[in-house]
Amino acid sequence: MTAVSFDTAPKTAARRRERWANGRTYISAILIFIWCLIPFYWMIVTAFRDVGYTFDSTPFFTHVTWDNFTTVFSENLGNHFGRNLLNSLFVAGVTTVIALLFGVFAAYALSRLEFRFKFLVLGFVLGASMFPGVALVTPLFQLFTNIGWYGTYQALIIPNISFVLPLTVYTLTSFFREMPWELEESARIDGCTQGQAFRKVIMPLAAPAVFTTAILAFIASWNEFLIASQLSNDQTKTVTVAIAYFAGAQAHQEPYTAVMAAGTVVTIPLVILVLIFQRKIVAGLTAGAVK
Amino acid sequence: MSTLAQPKKAPETPSPKTKKVQKEVGQDRAATSQGRWAFWLISPALVLLAVVIVYPVVNAIIMAFQKDQGLDPVTKVFVQGGPAGLDNFVHWLAQQCGSAACAPGTLGSQFWSAVGTTFFFTVVTVVLETVLGFWMAVIMARSFRGRSALRAAVLVPWAIPTAVTAKLWFFIFAFDGIANKLFGTAILWTGSEWPARWAIIISDVWKTTPFMALLILAGLQIIPAEVYEAAKVDGASAWQRFTQITLPLVKPALMVAVLFRVLDALRMYDLPAIMTQGSNGTTTLSILVVDQIRQGFNSAAALSTITFLIIFLVAFIFVRFLGANAVASATPKTKGQDK
Repeated sequence: MTAVSFDTAPKTAARRRERWANGRTYISAILIFIWCLIPFYWMIVTAFRDVGYTFDSTPFFTHVTWDNFTTVFSENLGNHFGRNLLNSLFVAGVTTVIALLFGVFAAYALSRLEFRFKFLVLGFVLGASMFPGVALVTPLFQLFTNIGWYGTYQALIIPNISFVLPLTVYTLTSFFREMPWELEESARIDGCTQGQAFRKVIMPLAAPAVFTTAILAFIASWNEFLIASQLSNDQTKTVTVAIAYFAGAQAHQEPYTAVMAAGTVVTIPLVILVLIFQRKIVAGLTAGAVK
Repeated sequence: MSTLAQPKKAPETPSPKTKKVQKEVGQDRAATSQGRWAFWLISPALVLLAVVIVYPVVNAIIMAFQKDQGLDPVTKVFVQGGPAGLDNFVHWLAQQCGSAACAPGTLGSQFWSAVGTTFFFTVVTVVLETVLGFWMAVIMARSFRGRSALRAAVLVPWAIPTAVTAKLWFFIFAFDGIANKLFGTAILWTGSEWPARWAIIISDVWKTTPFMALLILAGLQIIPAEVYEAAKVDGASAWQRFTQITLPLVKPALMVAVLFRVLDALRMYDLPAIMTQGSNGTTTLSILVVDQIRQGFNSAAALSTITFLIIFLVAFIFVRFLGANAVASATPKTKGQDK
């Protein structure tokens, strides 16, 4: 087995084998591309298609129109998509800010300081992030109905914190662990107080990690459906709920093209954000899981 | 509890030479002050988590032991509940409505079928996602032109909200939709039992395989290339290299990824709720809880407690017996404080 290929097999065979392996990699890569992107592409094509051609199977942009987008944002059908968008922005934004505010300090302590119960705290945080949403919906539904919070923004933000905060703490902890903390020590030797060292040296270094975590937290909160579908009313309904129960011009007839347009509006900013910060997001997603 | 964390750390913290002396002298004092510092930094987050998670869950457990308010069957008077003992749990587990078995079609009769559906979805989706995700990860780990574009592309399904994913696949699987046209079939995808289940499974696999692939890819990348070269020199075949090197070395990352996905799949709600509203044998436990909320908070609380216990049990089995220790992998070992 050992030296055979060096002696007898001509170079071209090895090269051909290599080219074949490369070819297989490209074929697989193209398959993955198609599998991941075609449904998304199909949504966009349909979003721009005239209602009369909803089920047209041409894979290109045909019968292009902006009508579906005007339908989505018109209030005539009882939809309030603009308002839903603002609701989602507000709920996800506030959730992200709160989760970061509390998460940064906890993650700093978990990654940097030595204390008792550390293992327990991490276990609790991780357990919390895997907690089933339904276990919260029932008691919160009753509680919020009793105290008159049903359909308020806080009724959506508070449950969202329950899964966004653990995510924030967990991701930030693994990011912080990778940071060059020696710099903080050096700054202190050079005469900074602990607070100064943290503000002037560590904070600028931590900014990208915090920003990445903010994106992950925002996406998680923006995508939330279960809690929003149960605890929001017409005023506070978020986009995911709005899309799921979008009303069309005809009763009992799914307004496919309009829904695809709504989906496009909600998805495109996210996809752009994700593509721009692709590397960081992958780092954030995989941070805790493998090390 | 400190015994859990401390002895583990002590041997594993190679302090830099310069800090060693200072550390030995002032270790106790430093540890106490760090502990106090840590307490103030962590308590806000823990208090907040206690408010948003522990309080509702304790509340749910208390509710689960109370009767739903309703008409008393004997006096025909509206009554306010009261303690129920284990009645709510018996209602679900034994499918007892009052003294008789729950009539078919009522929520009470659906518990075990919902458990079955939930586990069916979990097993099938996680197996498919693991196999497909592994394949994707292996491809993405190779170096070829366009690799970073591919890594960006797999993030697209992940970034799309599940509610939009559900609507998108609902459209793809519509009777006149593209799926039927492509395959020349006339299947009522979301309107009959097995097609509906498969439609949901395919949507879930599409959405979450990238996440799986990225976690596995991260695991693959920490395997040093020299290991493969050495094995190649020793004459190991591609398959041997995969089973003898890749699989064992990637196992910790793989198990954590599978654990994440299993717990996610066990609480599946969005896809079936939007695509079929839980009809045609696609009612998962989460859907059943939400349906029950409209009919009685306390029975719903019991059901959500059961759901929570099932998920907790599965997580426990994973961590205890299958070695998926996400907490351990999150605990700083040689890195961190003494780096």
